[in-house]
Amino acid sequence: MEKAPRSEVVGRRISKTIIYIVCIFLAILSILPFWIMFVNATRSTPEIQSGLSLLPSTHLMTNLHVLLDKSFDPIQGFLNSFIISTSATVFTVYFSSLTAYGLVAYNWKMRQPFFTFIMCVMMVPYQASAIGFYQFMYKLHWTNSYWPLILPAIAAPAVVFFMRQYLLATLSLEIVEAARVDGSGEFSTFNRIILPLMMPAVATQAIFAFVGNWNNLFMPLILLTQKDKYTMPIMVSLLRGDIYKTEFGSIYLGLALTALPLFVVYFLLSRYIIAGVALGGVKE
Amino acid sequence: MRRKGVNYSKYGYIFTLPFVLAFLIFSLYPILYTAVIGFTDMKGLIPKPIHILDNPFQNFKDLLFDNPSFRKSLINTALLWITNFIPQIVLALLLTAWFTNKRLNIKGQGAFKVLLYMPNIITASTIAVLFSSLFAYPMGPVNSLFQMLGWTDAPVFFLQDKTTARGIVSFIQFWMWYGNTMIVLVAGVMGINPALFESAAIDGANGFQTFFKVTLPSLRTILLYTLITSMIGGLTMFDIPQLFLAGGPDDSTLTTSMFIYGQAFKGSYMYNRAAAASMIMFVIAAVLAGLLFYLMRDRDAAKLRKAQKNINKSEKAAKAAAREV
Repeated sequence: MEKAPRSEVVGRRISKTIIYIVCIFLAILSILPFWIMFVNATRSTPEIQSGLSLLPSTHLMTNLHVLLDKSFDPIQGFLNSFIISTSATVFTVYFSSLTAYGLVAYNWKMRQPFFTFIMCVMMVPYQASAIGFYQFMYKLHWTNSYWPLILPAIAAPAVVFFMRQYLLATLSLEIVEAARVDGSGEFSTFNRIILPLMMPAVATQAIFAFVGNWNNLFMPLILLTQKDKYTMPIMVSLLRGDIYKTEFGSIYLGLALTALPLFVVYFLLSRYIIAGVALGGVKE
Repeated sequence: MRRKGVNYSKYGYIFTLPFVLAFLIFSLYPILYTAVIGFTDMKGLIPKPIHILDNPFQNFKDLLFDNPSFRKSLINTALLWITNFIPQIVLALLLTAWFTNKRLNIKGQGAFKVLLYMPNIITASTIAVLFSSLFAYPMGPVNSLFQMLGWTDAPVFFLQDKTTARGIVSFIQFWMWYGNTMIVLVAGVMGINPALFESAAIDGANGFQTFFKVTLPSLRTILLYTLITSMIGGLTMFDIPQLFLAGGPDDSTLTTSMFIYGQAFKGSYMYNRAAAASMIMFVIAAVLAGLLFYLMRDRDAAKLRKAQKNINKSEKAAKAAAREV
């Protein structure tokens, strides 16, 4: 390969330096707010009010005591969020895979119209149905129950869409044929052969479904009024309340506690998450 | 023995049945119910039997013409979406151009992607409360920073000023989502046929030309996908403005979702008004999505028509040539 002219090499070096500076600045911008949150969680309120620091202090336990004194129960919130998010995630990925398989593997009359319908449903903002949904659940006496937060997860159009694209690219119908010859029923073929084959897509969508359900605020805020049923995001919203107005250290600690599990999961799974976003983006 | 006549197509219906049932019960019925409530006088804590108003469109009329708060929420939602989406897509495109440029060969891309995507994963409500603490007055981390750098002498009351409050909400949305948009776009570029870039390089195109003439046109579908999902997300913006300032100061960060929530669930129980507002939002979403889809479909169809024309032309030419022989 020919060597590039000198001026071009210099020019490229300058632009590369600029690019690295911008990227490092953005990376710091991403970390800094969380760093301040973790640091302030260990500082006392007077320390926080006296100015910014990037080094931790020694008031973690005091802040924890103040936080827990004021009926903030992160373990309960964590458990509640965990129950809802896990169940909803299982429902979402299982039934979306099943629906997508039904769309790809079988040639039925309504197949194309049904797919178009899923595309349209993807566009509906969930607030469009919130009032009716609440009234409906109220009549069923399902407010303050987790069912309305879990069962609707069965119908997740965006996930079905993703799974369908994945199946179209990977599934060979010969496997299904072979299973039929061996006497496997359609349903057990799906459970025992297709679902394991779909694991990469299932894992990706499971992460997103979990994070999405964990972060959901609107629906739990509407449906749950009993304190012991509150999810993590509702508990976070309580931190803004009057009882914490002057306890800055405790507010930061509460925030840190709600964010910590997600940080751990994120850094363990970040590679898959990034790959998953990428997969989800390439939809055509 | 071969059983030729087995028809498996019924399993298509069976396997999609749970989805359809869940959708009918938990989405379609509530949407229709919401639409009906929009035409009634349903308000108050205890639900009453449904009574359609004498003038069914009264709630809609009141909202659109006599409710400054609702109009403000629509304007705010549009404003917050535009001011966060434009910088977001510009920065995401710039990063995409850098990260996918083979000649630049940026190192540590994986780490940058992981860090820039990070704000997207943390609970939005946590981020909202975190930022309202960061921008606290008179002594918050941002105020300390500004004074340390000598940008301001006196502490700034960020959260009391309409412009800065809107700016911060918009910044948070931008900060949470540009990493996501970037990763989607980078993946889109990876999906473009490398031969296109090679031939551009052979033709002597520079980085700018390659990006604007090859990358962007090939990314059109993914850009539209980003646009549609971002638009729906922007229309339903709730967590950040709700927990950041609860719509204040002076309703300057009140979004439509917050308006709906406030009318129905924050003690006023105006279910009819909230339902009508939901339906207006639904119609706006449908119209905008339809418009975007139309733009996408029209171009592809136009291309198809053009290709078909060319084929016809060449067929005709071939036939003519055949006749001449």
